Amino acid sequence: MEELTDFYEAALNIGKYAEGLKKRGKKIVGCLCSYTPEEIILAAGIHPLRLFGTKETISLADAHLQAYSCSLARGVLEDALAGRLAYLDGAVFPHTCDTIQRLSDIWRLNTQFAFFADVVLPVKLDTESARQYMEDVLRKFRRDLEEGMGVRITDEALRQSIGTYNQIRGCLSTIYELRSANPDILTGSDLYAIVKGSMIMDRDHLAERLPEVIEVLKERVPSTDTAKKRIILSGSICDQPDIYTIFEKAGGAVVWDDLCTGSRYFEGFVNTGGDPIVAIANRYIERPVCPAKHTSNTARGERLLDAVRKHNAQGVVFLLLKFCDPHAFDYPYLKGFLDREGIPSMLLEIEDQLPSEGQLLTRFETFIHML
Amino acid sequence: MTETDKSKGSKEMQSAGKMREIMAGYYIDAKTAEQTGKKVAWITSGGPVEPLIAMDIIPVYPENHGAMIGASKMGADLCQKAEEMGYSGDLCSYARADIACSLVDGGPIGGLPKPDMLVCCNNICGTVMKWYEIQARYYNVPLFIFDTPFCHTEYADEAKKYVQRQVEEYVIFLEGVCKKRLDRDRMEEVGRLSVEAQRLWQAVLDTAMNRPSPMTCFDAFFHLALIVTLRGTQTAVDYYRSLLKEMEQRVADGIGAVPNEKYRLLWDNLPIWYRLRWLSEKFAAHDACLVADTYTSSWSMSLRYTKDEGSFLDSMGEGYARAYINIGVDEMIKIVLEMVDKYDVDGFVMHSNRSCKPYSLGQYDIQRAVQRERGIPSVIIESHMVDERSFSESQTETRIDAFMEMINQKG
Repeated sequence: MEELTDFYEAALNIGKYAEGLKKRGKKIVGCLCSYTPEEIILAAGIHPLRLFGTKETISLADAHLQAYSCSLARGVLEDALAGRLAYLDGAVFPHTCDTIQRLSDIWRLNTQFAFFADVVLPVKLDTESARQYMEDVLRKFRRDLEEGMGVRITDEALRQSIGTYNQIRGCLSTIYELRSANPDILTGSDLYAIVKGSMIMDRDHLAERLPEVIEVLKERVPSTDTAKKRIILSGSICDQPDIYTIFEKAGGAVVWDDLCTGSRYFEGFVNTGGDPIVAIANRYIERPVCPAKHTSNTARGERLLDAVRKHNAQGVVFLLLKFCDPHAFDYPYLKGFLDREGIPSMLLEIEDQLPSEGQLLTRFETFIHML
Repeated sequence: MTETDKSKGSKEMQSAGKMREIMAGYYIDAKTAEQTGKKVAWITSGGPVEPLIAMDIIPVYPENHGAMIGASKMGADLCQKAEEMGYSGDLCSYARADIACSLVDGGPIGGLPKPDMLVCCNNICGTVMKWYEIQARYYNVPLFIFDTPFCHTEYADEAKKYVQRQVEEYVIFLEGVCKKRLDRDRMEEVGRLSVEAQRLWQAVLDTAMNRPSPMTCFDAFFHLALIVTLRGTQTAVDYYRSLLKEMEQRVADGIGAVPNEKYRLLWDNLPIWYRLRWLSEKFAAHDACLVADTYTSSWSMSLRYTKDEGSFLDSMGEGYARAYINIGVDEMIKIVLEMVDKYDVDGFVMHSNRSCKPYSLGQYDIQRAVQRERGIPSVIIESHMVDERSFSESQTETRIDAFMEMINQKG
C-alpha cells in the first residue's frame, strides 16, 4: 500500500528517519514506555521518539547490565553507548519496572545527552492521592522540560498537542477496529509498520497520514475467507514483524492486542476541556493498565476476557520477553482467566530473537489446530 | 556459622539461642492467631510495620519466610513447584517459593498463617507488588499498597506529599480492617521503640569496625530477623541491647568472629541463603572476615531521616521512601564508599542476585566506582538467593580463590 511508505521507512530505519528530522532542526527526545507523557514533549516543540532495542550484537551494555536483564533494556543501552543514538537531545524515563528503573540510573551516569528526566509516576493508580500525585509529577516534568531544554510550554500548546494525540490515537484505534472486522484488509506486517511508525514519525505529519490510511482501508473489499483463526496477542513490546506473517501462514490472524506497542499505547482519549495536565493525568489513570502498575487485582484479566469477547477471538498468544518480571508474574493468572472460560492460549517466550521460522510455524500451526 | 567459629576456637554467640526462642514464639503466636482472635497482616520486609504493632496486628513476612525456606534448602522444590504453576524460573525465588508454599503448606514451618490483610510497600522492588496481587487474589483479602516513589536523585516535594497522604490512608485502611481506632499514644510509643531498636541494631553492626571484628555479615544475616519482623516492640529493643553487650564484651576480650582475621571484606546484596555456612567457611579459610554488608544496615537507614521532634508518623514516610534500594545508583555508590572507609575493608564481594533486579542491576557501575575511588579488589558471584539450582559451587569457589589471591598479593 502506497500510503504506508512513510510508515515503513520510519519503522525499518529509525536512525535514518531521526537524522532527517534532525536536519530539519527538530529536537528529539527518546522515550521507552507507553507511560511517557508525549503530549507535554510535543507541546514543547520537541519530537518524542520511541526507543527499541538494538538488532546488533550486545557488547558495550554487558559492562553495565547483567545478562538477566531483558533484551529491550540491554539493546537500548547498547545503541546509546555505541553512539547510534547521536541524534537524541535527551531521554525521558517514566517509572515502570525494576529494570527500566535501574536503566535510568545507568543511562544518566554513562551517556552524555543534553537532557535527561525521570518521571517518577505513581505505581498504584486507584486512589485519589495517586491521581493527585500523577498530576504533580506531570507538572514537575513540564517544568523540568522547560528548564532543561530552554523552552516554554503554554497551556495553548498543550491543548493543541492533546488534539494531535487524540487524532493519532483515534485513528490507530479505528485501524485496529477495521482490521478486527476484516483481518484481510491489512496484513499483520503492515499493521506492525503502522503502529511502530506511529511511535517514530513526526506527529503532525502522522496525524495527517493516518486518516488517509483509513480511507484506503475502508474501500477495501473484505475477504470472504472466514476460515482464519482469530488471535489476540498479549505482552509487552512486540518488535517482531515476522510473528504476524508466520501467524498468517499458519492460518491465523492477529485481530487485537494488549501490548505496550499496541492497544495500550493508543487506548483512551485525553479530555480537551479544563486543565490540560489534569486531563493527561486522567487518561493515564483510566487507560488499560500495564502490569507494572496497579489498579485492581483482576483488571488485566477482566480486560483480556472483554477483548476476547468483543473481537470474537478464538485464542490468545502470550508474548513474553524473557526477564520481563511484571508480565511473567501476570501470565499464570491471565491464563487462568482464559482457562476458566475455555479459551485456549499459548506462551511464546522471546529472548532477543524469534525462534527459527520453521519451528515457530509448527508451534503456531499446532496451536491453531487446537482452536 | 557460629558453630563453625567454635570449632576454630572462638565462642558461640550466646544471643543465638535467645533469637531462636523469640522467633519460635513469634511464629507460634502468628500461627495460632485465629484461636487468639488476633489479626494477621502479611507485609513486605521494608514496609511500615509500626502501625501494625500499634494496632496489635501480627505482622508476618513472606520474605523472612523465604529466607527460612532458603536456609533450610527447601527453595529448589518450591521454586520448581511455582514453575509448574506457570511462573517463570527467572522470577524472584522468594516470590516463587512463597507462592508455591501457599498452595502446598510446605517449607520448614508448614506454611505461613493465612493473612487477614496484605501490606505491600514497593520501596524494595516492583516484584512485591505483583507477588502481593497474586496473594490478594489467592486469599481474597484486602491489599494496601504503600507506594514510595523511587528516589533517583532526590526525594521530591511531590513524592513527599504523596507518601505523607498515604501514611494517613494506611491508618484508615488498618482501622477499617480491624474495626477499631489507632491509639495515637501507643503509636508514638511503638515508633520510639522502633527507632531505639534501629539505633541498637546499627550499634551492633558498628562493632564490626573493631579489629578483629566480633561478628561477620553471616552473623548479621542471622541476627537481622528481629529488626525485620519485630521492630517497634520491647522484645526487639531488649534483644539488641543484650546482643550489643555481648558484642562489646567480645571486643573487650579480643574475640574475633574469624579466628585469624587478616582481611576485611564488604558484602553486597541479599545473602545466598542455602550456602551461608559454605561461604562463611570458605572466606574464613582465607582468614577473611566479611565484616559488613549493604543489606542488613538497610534496617537502620531510616535513622538518617528520623527526627527527634514531631510525631513518628510524620517522619516515618521519608525513612521508608529513601530505603537503600529505592535510591539511585550514584547514591548507593556514596553509601558503599562510606562503608568501605568506615569498616576499613580490603575487598568487596558482590552477590549478583538473579532474584533481585533493583539490588543487582547497577552493581557493575558500583563495582567500577569502588575500584576507581578506593582501588580495592572486588568479585561478583551469581545466584538466585533461595533457588540452589542456580548456584555453581565450583565456579564460585574459583572466583573467590582468585579474588583472595588478588587481595593477598596487594596486602
